[in-house]
Amino acid sequence: MNFELSEEQTLLKDSVTRFVSDRYELESRRQYIAEEAGFSADNWRQMAELGWLSVPFSEEHGGFGGGAADLMVVMEEFGKGLVIEPYLATVLLFGGTLAESGNAALQQALIPQIIDGSLHGALAFHERHSRYSFSQIDTRAEKTGSGYRLNGEKTVVLNGLAASKIIVSALDSSGGISLFLVDTDEPALQRTGYSLMDGQQVANIRLNGLALGSEALLGEAGGGADILSRVAVQALVALAAEAQGAMQVLLDTTVEYSKTREQFGVAIGSFQALQHRMVDMFASCEQHRSLLYRTVCSIDEDPSNRDEQDIAKNLHALKIMVGRAGKHIGAEAIQIHGGMGMTDELAVGHYVKRLMMINTTLGDADYHEQQFVELARK
Amino acid sequence: MDTNFSADDLAFREEVRAFLDAQFDDDLLALLRGPDGVKSGMVEWQRRLYKQGWVAPGWPKEYGGTGWSLTQKYIFETERALRGIPDVVPFGLIMVGPVIYTFGSAEQKQRFLPRILKSEDWWCQGYSEPGAGSDLAALQTKAERDGDEYVVSGAKIWTTYAQHADWIFCLVRTSQEGKKQEGISFLLIDMTSPGITVNPIHTIDSKHTLNEVQFDQVRVPLANRIGEENKGWTYAKALLEHERTAIAGVGDSKRKLSQIRTHAAQEKWGEGCVLDDPKFASRLAAIEVELMALEFTELRSLASAAVGKGPGAASSLLKLKGTEIRQSLDQLHMDLAGYYSGIAVEPGESWQTIGHEYGSDARVEFMYGRAATIFGGSNEVQRNITAKYVLGL
Repeated sequence: MNFELSEEQTLLKDSVTRFVSDRYELESRRQYIAEEAGFSADNWRQMAELGWLSVPFSEEHGGFGGGAADLMVVMEEFGKGLVIEPYLATVLLFGGTLAESGNAALQQALIPQIIDGSLHGALAFHERHSRYSFSQIDTRAEKTGSGYRLNGEKTVVLNGLAASKIIVSALDSSGGISLFLVDTDEPALQRTGYSLMDGQQVANIRLNGLALGSEALLGEAGGGADILSRVAVQALVALAAEAQGAMQVLLDTTVEYSKTREQFGVAIGSFQALQHRMVDMFASCEQHRSLLYRTVCSIDEDPSNRDEQDIAKNLHALKIMVGRAGKHIGAEAIQIHGGMGMTDELAVGHYVKRLMMINTTLGDADYHEQQFVELARK
Repeated sequence: MDTNFSADDLAFREEVRAFLDAQFDDDLLALLRGPDGVKSGMVEWQRRLYKQGWVAPGWPKEYGGTGWSLTQKYIFETERALRGIPDVVPFGLIMVGPVIYTFGSAEQKQRFLPRILKSEDWWCQGYSEPGAGSDLAALQTKAERDGDEYVVSGAKIWTTYAQHADWIFCLVRTSQEGKKQEGISFLLIDMTSPGITVNPIHTIDSKHTLNEVQFDQVRVPLANRIGEENKGWTYAKALLEHERTAIAGVGDSKRKLSQIRTHAAQEKWGEGCVLDDPKFASRLAAIEVELMALEFTELRSLASAAVGKGPGAASSLLKLKGTEIRQSLDQLHMDLAGYYSGIAVEPGESWQTIGHEYGSDARVEFMYGRAATIFGGSNEVQRNITAKYVLGL
């Protein structure tokens, strides 16, 4: 039993920490968001050079072959800086789906381009009425003589505007979910970009009878939902680790603020009512970290000991805690910062908004609680 | 980063399982549930542990401990709790024993430690007073020197199992000088000494666990003082910090959770059972998630201590979260039991014929369980300590 980082992980962590402290002042972040892509192309190049874009890919695909723990190390530091570059969208959702799809030719062609930073992608799984289900969609893939024709609209596609390739989920004639790789420069594909409250740029994507060759199908026809649920494993760990970083910053910032802000002639941190609330923030933060470690350890378990049911249970539990601890810490951080917590000038609100988007992404706490309950009844 | 047990640890776990399954048998269970269960049952169980050499996992080997690693202690504790086997009575084995072997004289060690290990003496703890609860250092029970004896007068309260005790270890005031922590001494007092009166305190769980112990001119030999005069606070503090693997109660709470699940499956809800009630299921899930996290908060603390880094900041949460989780489970169990949670007959009486079998247990555990956030430093005091020492407030 051991919860220490390896030497390699420590080096990785230090390097991401340096990146974040060099490049992620709140003001710089605002400028990155204002760039056309919605993030900094230069930061992305830097991430590619430092090898971070290769972390989750297997060595066979030219990657680092990292496990959940390696991913956690990177994402926690990203969370501390509110890093806006689309690591989740391009590397984990788009790249992760390619890696899980079993299509060797596409993997060999595209994964190296993700790793070297030249290809941006997105995964379009959500629609107007999906809420958090991968299978509740209306987009249709109709079989044609040479392939497929896609009609429908995907919404809130993370990194949907900067992506040059997008993986789209669609219902086939048998009612199963299939995944298709599409180029965003197709005329039958229309994009409408907009921003989320955490600064991310996303897009709605309309598919107007988009014609695709049969090679555009990723994995088995009807096998899309399985692939997506496998992709979600890494993505959920990444979101939780990012949330961990953000929660830690909110806790530390709030405690520090309470030591310097004076009212009634004393630091407000000397008030027991506030002390106890900050201890509860600390408790939420540490309990979340414990579940994160629990989940990471279960995923990185030796293949002979890996227990898929246990991993699924841990992931649901973790996402429940991400949502609830995030809301708790976020709300308290604003409250204890008082009026200053309401200002856009302070970083606090930006962390809170990111935590709220993390709660929503890939299923909120209530959704995962329902899944957790169902799993326990099986 | 991994949670694997070594091959040796896995072999050890098998050994523990085999021992517990064989030794915690029906005879013992009957004894524990009998009218004198707390004393005769626990003494019998502790003697079986003693014969195996496992009664004092926390003690150094030279004094009769097991020499187990932290992981081994954790394994033993987990297996014990999952079987619903009660923890040893803490006052001798977990509390005063370590104070005696750490700060006691050679004679005190020789005299008391073997009897604690063999459960020949039953100990109780004399800390809290009517005027000194969370503010323990405000205690006023006086010990005045008279030749080679102290004369002790005052009162201790909330003294668990004083009615069974042969000995009490007490914090007493030996000086009014300086800070209130500085005038305190640590005494071992024979409960048969003239001048001691034990008055029962009946509690909301309808049981007699707690007492008030009065001292009226009780004569205690100086030789029964631990360490130096006026240094008792230091010894008591060291005791509080003495490593306790079980403080979070994870194993006990896991067992309670699984009982609740079993009982909920037996209660009707519409066409199905109470587990189908989304509101109930949601409450159960929320507690289970916290417990899954706490299990790893405890493992993190163990792993950190095992590599010599101390238990880590998160260990300050073990009591806080552990007791809050346990109380939520107790509440859920009560709510599940419905009307039967209110039946005021005692386990061991003919209550099995009324309603289902768990209502009374749920009530007793709920009521007694309220104490968990009060004793051992109330949860408010725990939050004060964490705010000060972890958050630097």
